[in-house]
Formats: sequence, C-alpha cells, structure tokens
Amino acid sequence: MNTILKNIGLMSFMVLALGATDPVQAAGGEKQPAAQEWSFAGPFGTYDRDALRRGYKVYKEVCASCHGMEYVSFRNLSQEGGPEFSDAEVKAIAAGYMVQDGPDAYGDMFERPGLPKDRFISPFPNENAARSANGGAYPPDLSLINKARSGGPDYVYALLTGYEDAPEGVEMRSGLYYNPYMAGGAIAMAQPLYDDMVEYTDGTPATLAQMAHDVVTFLNWTAEPELEARKRAGVMVLIYLAIFAGLLYFSMRKIWADQH
Amino acid sequence: MSGESTYNPQSGFTKWLDTRLPILRLAHDSFVDYPTPKNLNYWWTFGGILTFCLITQIVTGIILAMHYTPHIDFAFASVEHIMRDVNYGWLIRYIHANGASMFFLAVYIHIFRGLYYGSYKAPREVLWILGVIIYILMMAAAFMGYVLPWGQMSLWGATVITNLFGAIPLVGESVAIWLWGGFSVDNATLNRFFSLHYLVPFLILGVVVLHIWALHVPGNNNPAGISVQTKKDTLPFHPYYTVKDAFGLSIFLILFSYFIFFEPNVLGHADNYIPANPLVTPAHIVPEWYLLPFYAILRAVPDKLGGVVLMFGAIFVMFLLPWLDTSKVRSGRYRPLFKQFYILFIINCLFLGYLGAQPAEGSYVIMARIATVYYFAHFLVILPILGVVEKPKNVPQSISDSVLGDVAQPNVQAAE
Repeated sequence: MNTILKNIGLMSFMVLALGATDPVQAAGGEKQPAAQEWSFAGPFGTYDRDALRRGYKVYKEVCASCHGMEYVSFRNLSQEGGPEFSDAEVKAIAAGYMVQDGPDAYGDMFERPGLPKDRFISPFPNENAARSANGGAYPPDLSLINKARSGGPDYVYALLTGYEDAPEGVEMRSGLYYNPYMAGGAIAMAQPLYDDMVEYTDGTPATLAQMAHDVVTFLNWTAEPELEARKRAGVMVLIYLAIFAGLLYFSMRKIWADQH
Repeated sequence: MSGESTYNPQSGFTKWLDTRLPILRLAHDSFVDYPTPKNLNYWWTFGGILTFCLITQIVTGIILAMHYTPHIDFAFASVEHIMRDVNYGWLIRYIHANGASMFFLAVYIHIFRGLYYGSYKAPREVLWILGVIIYILMMAAAFMGYVLPWGQMSLWGATVITNLFGAIPLVGESVAIWLWGGFSVDNATLNRFFSLHYLVPFLILGVVVLHIWALHVPGNNNPAGISVQTKKDTLPFHPYYTVKDAFGLSIFLILFSYFIFFEPNVLGHADNYIPANPLVTPAHIVPEWYLLPFYAILRAVPDKLGGVVLMFGAIFVMFLLPWLDTSKVRSGRYRPLFKQFYILFIINCLFLGYLGAQPAEGSYVIMARIATVYYFAHFLVILPILGVVEKPKNVPQSISDSVLGDVAQPNVQAAE
C-alpha cells in the first residue's frame, strides 16, 4: 500500500509540475482576470437555464451585430444541456432571419426564411467586409471564445466589464479603447455593454455585471455544449472506476496472499 | 519464451492448431506462464499501462479519422463537427487528445523507472534501444497529431519545428521545402502529416512487439537488479501480474478520466481553439508539455544549428546509455551516490520543462544553458565516473533473499 501511495504522490507531483509550466501570459503586463462564480464550474456544474436564455438575448441584441457564431445552429438552442428553448421557439427564432440558399432549378440563388438546421447568421459576408466595417479590426467568431482565451469565462467577463479611462500618459489611437485585461491594453471594440441596454423579460435587472455574467454563460455553452453530459458521465465513470479499482485491489491481495 | 513451454492444448481444435500455427502456445508462454520476478513493484505496471494507452490512441484515432477532413479550409471545422455533431465525438476526441498526454506521462515514468533500476544494462541493451526508438516515434506522432486540428498552435508549432531542418548546412532549405511540400506549412504539409500521423502508431505497435520480444528473452529486470537464478525467484505472469497490472491500470484510469471529463483542455493551449492564421503569430509559441524540456534545450543555444544538434543529441544520448553507465550494479537501490544524482537529474528535467514554457529571454536563457549542460553532464560525465568511484552497498544473493530483506532489512547496514 505504501508503494501505491508513493505512486500516486509522484503522479500528483508531476501533474503539479505540469500545472506550474503554464506559459507566461502576462508578457504585455495586462491585468489578470478575477475568478467569478459560474454555475457550470466544478464536477457537478450545470448551466443555469435562465442565464443561458438571458445571455442569448444579450448575444443576439448586442454581440451579434459584429461577431459571427459559425459553429452553432439554431437547432442547438433546443438541445438538452443548452438554453432548451422549445422546438416552436427555435423555429420562430430561425424564421426571424433570411438565409441565402440555392441554386434553384434555374440556377439562381434565392432567399428564404431560416430553418432550425441553419447555422447562426454571420453579420458580415466575409472577413474583409467585417474588417472594413470595423476600422480594420476583425471581430472574432464567438463560438469558441471561452475556450480560445487563456482564463476562459473569467477573462471574457473581465474584458466585458473592465473598460476604464486610459491612465494618464497613455495615449489611445482613434478607434482603440483602453482595457487593462486586453493584451497590450488597447482593444478595437468599444465598451459593448451598459446598464439596461437589454430588456430582460424575466424581470432580472439588466445591470452591466448581470448582462456580462449571462452572456459569458451563454458563450460557455456555445464553446462547450457537451459540458453537462460530460460532467455527468465523468461522475459515473469515476464512481465505477473507484469500485472497480477496489475490487481489483482485494482480488490482488487474495491472489498474492500465498506469497507473503 | 525463456525455458520450456508449458502449454498443453486440451481440445481437438487447439491440438490441431498447435501443430500448424502455435499462436496459442506463444500467447500462453508470453502472457500466462511467463516467469516473472516475484519482487516487481508498481513502477513495473507501466508497461501494461503503456500498451493500453497505445491501443486507446489507435482505436480513438481510427474513429476520429472517419470524421476528420485533412484540408486547411475544413480541418478546424471538421474538429468542431466532431465535438458538436458526432455522437460522443467530444468523448472520443478528448480521450485522444488527453490520451497523448497520459501516454507521455506513463512513458516518462516507465523511462525513469528503467533509469533508476538499471534496466538498460546487459543483457537488456537492445530492449532499451527499442524503447528509445518507440519514444522518438511517439514524439513524431504527437507532434504531427497536434498539427491536425489546424489551430494557431498547430500551424505555428509546425512552422517552428519544420524550420529546424532549415538549419542543416547546405541542403537545409531544400529539405524544409521538401518536408512542407511547398514554401511554408500549408495544405500539402497538413495532408502529409495526417497520412504520417496515421502511419506512425502502427510503426510503434511493431516496435512494441519487438520490445516485448526483447524483454521476454532475458526476462524482466526487477527492483533488486539481480538476475533470476531459480524457479523460486519467479511467479507465473498470470494471475499474479495480470491482476497487479490491472489494479495499477485502474488507478491510472482514474487520473486519465479526471482529465477527460473535468479538465479536458487544461493540458492543451487556448490558442489552438483559434483557427490557424498565417498572418498572425501568437505571442508565445509553446509545444505540448511533454516536449518542453527539449524545447528549452533547443532555445538555450544562440546558434540555430547548434540548438538543433543539441536537441536531437539530448534524445540520441539515451542510445548510448547502456555503455555510458559503467557501474556493475544494476539497481539504484544499492548505489548511494547514484541515487542522489538520479534525483538531481529528475529535478533538472522538470526544471528544463519549466524553462521550455517561459519566453526565451534574459535569465531564462542563462538558466536553460546551465540545465542543458547538466543534462548532458549526467550522461557523459557523471554516470561513467560514478561507476568507477562509487562503492555500492551489498547486493542480496537472490531475488528471494531480497524479498525477505524488504521485511527484515538485514543487508543495508553493511555499506552504510
């Protein structure tokens, strides 16, 4: 048993050592985001359904005017583990957009109302159009943003709520805004969220912090739509393995009994 | 394989098969009745764990390849398709991605076990060399696999590593262009990396078969580092070591599952969820954790060619290890001085890994140089000299004695 403990001890040491090798992120001297409370954190974490729906509203009314969401389809909105809108709601949401389709039998492209199978509609037809409309900066696709930034949801939350006046002596070029969480301190996106910008239908006060928290929850779902199923399965797998390992341990003791 | 075969076919069919293709006899002699030293500890369970890792990577990899598209315009999207639309695609991909890290964790423990107990010494030199070949193939497979999702780290990691070949004098540039299939890491590169990434694991499997063969001829080393003398020193592999390996594997799987289900991206880099963009270079290009020590050695040298030579030298020096270690005693258990240098060597390797993750500037470079020099000194200076100057403790007469000694510790005071 002593050797097992040593084994486990060494493994955890190695894991710690690996953790400590995280590359230096703060090369630009940017502020480190503070840890927030997320319903989806921890081994039993799940998405707060209401926060996802409110977050979708913030995304749709604010973010979506500049940012794409390439990898998410309308049908995903009704899937288990997501905002879980009803099928009828999803149909209505999708039908609110016009989608280019075709070519038809005559070879012409045509427009039709969106269907649940369609991907979220990007605000710009391509990257160049997006850049030209945004002073040369490209608003990144948001499908994976929480996974694509070191610090994940805490970072995105800090960025959305962290706008402030540039410190004295820091000159901002026109079209750039000061944000201490952004690498280099300058971001091309103006502060996107202000108090009461979005009208919540469930009576939640739409403060900046609330909206940022909701939209980051939504963005975490778009990045990790499998999170609930994954963590649920993980708990079962660990319970199973713990019992299995226990059985093997006692089988081993029995088999080795005549050798001690 | 060593000693007489004890296989005794029972049914008509197995008797018929045994005179035509004695494959069941081979399996019986290799994995059932194979005589195994009775004193193996848990560090010896990593051979079985590694076999499990290899098979897991091959099985999940074959399934991933059914859904993946090796083209720069579709690769990233096809990975997201796996994550979102393929049934349990997220599970298969997270097993495969974290499986690579677990594979390396296990192989490092396996290698350091061999380093401590002198498993590379006669008569196991070929076994050790085959192991180093497997390790090199693993690094090639892992590197090319990391390129396939075609994220930012995929592209830029591949660019850094393939550019190393450009440092070869005279033909470097031609070699780099030949590797890329063009003038930079591009679609042709992604295509061939996919092809090779699919090939290499089967090469590994082949060398693993040789590795096990080369193990079964001299038989296992053991914590006492002394050879098997009588039947009393050994136990049949099954059920003694099948159950011990299974228990070790189940503990390993708990750690593995923790990463898959609860921290699937912690061992990766966030930038690889940004699609590859040849026009934007990430602030820090870092390889996966298991390659960091070599990355530190590469960047410790101011000269590009020198860095490349030292980086590859750091791996190739392991081929020479059986002849660099001059001590007659195998197990570090009976080598008081070696034990201390062994621990220093581990710390130095971890330190190199840490430095590999830091930017190559200022004091980090100086420290990386010192650690690099120490890495080579361990193999080229310390080990050859230790064997001559060190006075080993008394080694037990037989494995049976050493097992009893573990309880009573009678032979320790002699040398202390």
